[in-house]
Amino acid sequence: MELCGVIGIGQTKHDTARTDVSIAGLVREAALRALEDAGLTWSDIEAVVLGKAPDMFEGMMMPELYLADALGAVGKPLLRVHTAGSVGGSTAVVAAHHVQSGRFKRVLTVAYEKQSESNAMWALAPKIPFQQPIVAGAGGYFAPHIREYIRRSGAPSDIGIKVALKDRLNALKNPFAHLRMEGITLEQVAASPVLWDPIRFLECCPSSDGACAMVLASEDVATRNEPAWVLGTAVRSEPLGMAGRDEINPRAGRDCAEAVYAQAGIKDPRNDIDCVEMYVPFSWYEPMWLENLGFTEIGTGWRLTEDGVTALDGDLPVNMSGGVLSSNPIGASGMLRFAEAALQVRGRAGEHQVDGARIGLGHAYGGGSQFFAMWVVSGEKP
Amino acid sequence: MRDVAVVSFVQAPSVRRDPARNEVEILMPVVSAALEQSGIPLRDIGFTVSGSCDYLAGQPFAFVMGLDAIGAWPPIEESHVEMDGAWALYEAWIRLQEGDIDSALIYCFGKSSMGELPEVMSMQLDPYYLTPLWPDAISMAALQARAMLDFGSHDEREMASVAARSRRDAASNPNAHLSGDFDVDVLLKEPYLVSPLRKHDCPPISDGAAAIVLVAGDKAREICERPAWIRGIDHRVEAHQLGSRDLTVSSSTALAAEQAGGRGGAFDVVELHAPFTHQELILLDALSLSNGARVNPSGGALGANPMMAAGLIRIGEAAQRIMDGSAARALAHATSGPCLQQNLVCVLEGE
Repeated sequence: MELCGVIGIGQTKHDTARTDVSIAGLVREAALRALEDAGLTWSDIEAVVLGKAPDMFEGMMMPELYLADALGAVGKPLLRVHTAGSVGGSTAVVAAHHVQSGRFKRVLTVAYEKQSESNAMWALAPKIPFQQPIVAGAGGYFAPHIREYIRRSGAPSDIGIKVALKDRLNALKNPFAHLRMEGITLEQVAASPVLWDPIRFLECCPSSDGACAMVLASEDVATRNEPAWVLGTAVRSEPLGMAGRDEINPRAGRDCAEAVYAQAGIKDPRNDIDCVEMYVPFSWYEPMWLENLGFTEIGTGWRLTEDGVTALDGDLPVNMSGGVLSSNPIGASGMLRFAEAALQVRGRAGEHQVDGARIGLGHAYGGGSQFFAMWVVSGEKP
Repeated sequence: MRDVAVVSFVQAPSVRRDPARNEVEILMPVVSAALEQSGIPLRDIGFTVSGSCDYLAGQPFAFVMGLDAIGAWPPIEESHVEMDGAWALYEAWIRLQEGDIDSALIYCFGKSSMGELPEVMSMQLDPYYLTPLWPDAISMAALQARAMLDFGSHDEREMASVAARSRRDAASNPNAHLSGDFDVDVLLKEPYLVSPLRKHDCPPISDGAAAIVLVAGDKAREICERPAWIRGIDHRVEAHQLGSRDLTVSSSTALAAEQAGGRGGAFDVVELHAPFTHQELILLDALSLSNGARVNPSGGALGANPMMAAGLIRIGEAAQRIMDGSAARALAHATSGPCLQQNLVCVLEGE
C-alpha cells in the first residue's frame, strides 16, 4: 500500500443560507482553498472524488454531472460517493484509497451540502408504502437512543448541556463555523426548549450550507508539503433493521475503530491519540461515541465530559472546531471532521489548535448509527 | 497493477415493470446467486460496494435497504456510489489494488418504472439553467443524434441497423425484454418519436439488478476455470452543458479507452452501454477498434436498460463470454449523464 498525505485543506464559511453562491460556487470555494493550501492548480489534479448526502436534499439527481466543470474534473475520473451521514468521511477514505492503490498521485476530494435549497427534515421523511416512516427527521430518530444511553449509564442529566456549551465555545475560535454564540452560558442551553426529550434546541446541530475539500497526495508529492500522513482508514456498515442490534453502542463503530487503530499502530487510544474530531449531531453523542471508540469503559464516557477531559485544554480534546453542533452541511460534515484532525496534526488549526497534537482521529457516522468512517492522521511520517 | 478478475456475474431478468417487488426484493436473489457462484460467503468478502439512485425509487437512502437485504452482519467494509454499478466496480478494483484484501462484491439495482423516467432524468441537469426547462432524456439524445446526422459521420439507416441487430440479438438473451426481428427498410418508414429519433432508436424502460464478484490473483483461478481478468479500467467525464462539448464525438470514451489500453485494439466481443442507437455509432468511432468485433451480442441497452445496472451488466456480459470460453478478449463500456457525458471503459481477457 502506498503512503498518502493530506497536503491541502479548504472549507467554506458555513451558514444557514449561502445565497451569495450557487452549488457550484460553494464547492469551488472549498476546492480552491484546498488547492491554494497545497500549492497546486486544477491541472495538477488527476482525479476527483465527490461526496454528499441524499440527492433529495437539494432536489438534484447525481449532481456530480453538473459539478464536473466547477470541480475541474473535465477529462478526469470523477466518482460520487454516498453513504448517508458518514459520507464526508467515507468520501475521504475512497479518495485515500485512490492514492494508496498507487494509481494516482494527486486527488481532490470534495464534500458539500446546500441545505437551504430544500428542507432536509422532510426530504428524510417521505411516506413509502410498507416501510416504517422516519417522519420527524434525525432528532426524533436518535432521541430514544439517547434516553437508553442515559438509562444504561446512569449519566447525570446535564451532560448533554455541558457538551453543547463546550462545542459552542470552541466554535467561537473557528472563523468558518456557522453558529457563533458569543457569551453563551450553561443556563441558556438548559433553558432552551426540549425538541425531542431529552434533546434541547441548543443541543442540536444546525442546518447549514457548506463544503469541505482536501488534496491527498502520494508520498513523493506529499513530503514537500508538511502533510498530515494518513496512518489508517476504515469504514464499516451494518443493517438498519436487525433485531438485537445495539444502536447505542453499535458493533460497526467498534469494529471500525478496532480496524483503524490496528492500521495506525494504536494500542491505547486514550493515551496514543492527542485529539478527536467526531460526528456529534446531538450533544449526548459525545459520551456515547467516546465509549464506542474505546476511549473509556462502557458507561463512563459521560465522566470524561464532566471532568473536562474533552475540553480544548483537556487531556483528550474533542471537537475542537465546534463540531457538527456548530456547522452541519450534512454531506460535508464527515469530511470536516477528517479535515479538522488533519489541520490539528499539521499545527494549522489557528485559535483552536491543540498544543503539540501529533496524532488525530477523524470520525463520522450515518444512517441509523450503522455507517462508520474513520481515519487516523499524524504530523510525523510513519 | 494487481491482477483482478471477474469470477461471478448474475443479473435479474429485466422487465418493463416489476410491480410486485421493491428494489430490494429484485436485488436479493441476484446477490445470493452471485455469492453462491463465487463460493465466497458474504462474511469472507473483503469489500462490498453498490450503485443505485434515490431518484428512481423516489426515496432518500434507497441503498440502506440494500444493505439490510444482503445481511451485513457481522458488520462489513462497505461503500456506495450514487452512480451505475460499473463505477462501483471501479471503486472495488481500486480497493483491491492495495493488496490487503482479495475479494469484492459489487451490486446495483434500479426500478425505473416507479416514475416517468425521461422526465425524472431532467433532475440530473444543471439545476439553475437546464432543469427548469425540463428537457427530457429522449429530447436531449435527439439533439445529439441531430448533431451527428448534420455532421455527416453516420445516417439514419445505420441507426436503424443498430436497432435491428440489437433487437435480434436480444431475442436470444433471456435477461432482455425488448426483442424482435425487424427489417431496416420497414423501421425507416416509422414516424419520428422526437426527430430524428424513432421509437426503435430508444431504449426500453426497465427494472433490474446485477451483481459481480471480483477476486484477485491465484485465488481467482481456484474459484473459476476461466476468470475474466481486468487488464485495464478507466473512466472520464466531460463538460455538463451540451453547448460546451462536441456531441458528435465522445472524447471521454476515447480517453478512457486509451488509458485502459483498449483504444484501437482487437476484441472478440464489445459490450457498449449505448441507450440510443446513434450513441453506439459515436462510441465505436471513439474506440477506433481494429477488427470486426462482435458488438453487443446481449442486445445491449436497446434490449434492456435497467438504470444504475445497465453499465455493470455490460461488464458482466463481456466477462461472461470470457468465463464461458467463447471470447478471449473483450471490451466493456458504461455511460452516465446526458448525451454520453461520463464514460467508463474496461478491458477484459482470459488467461
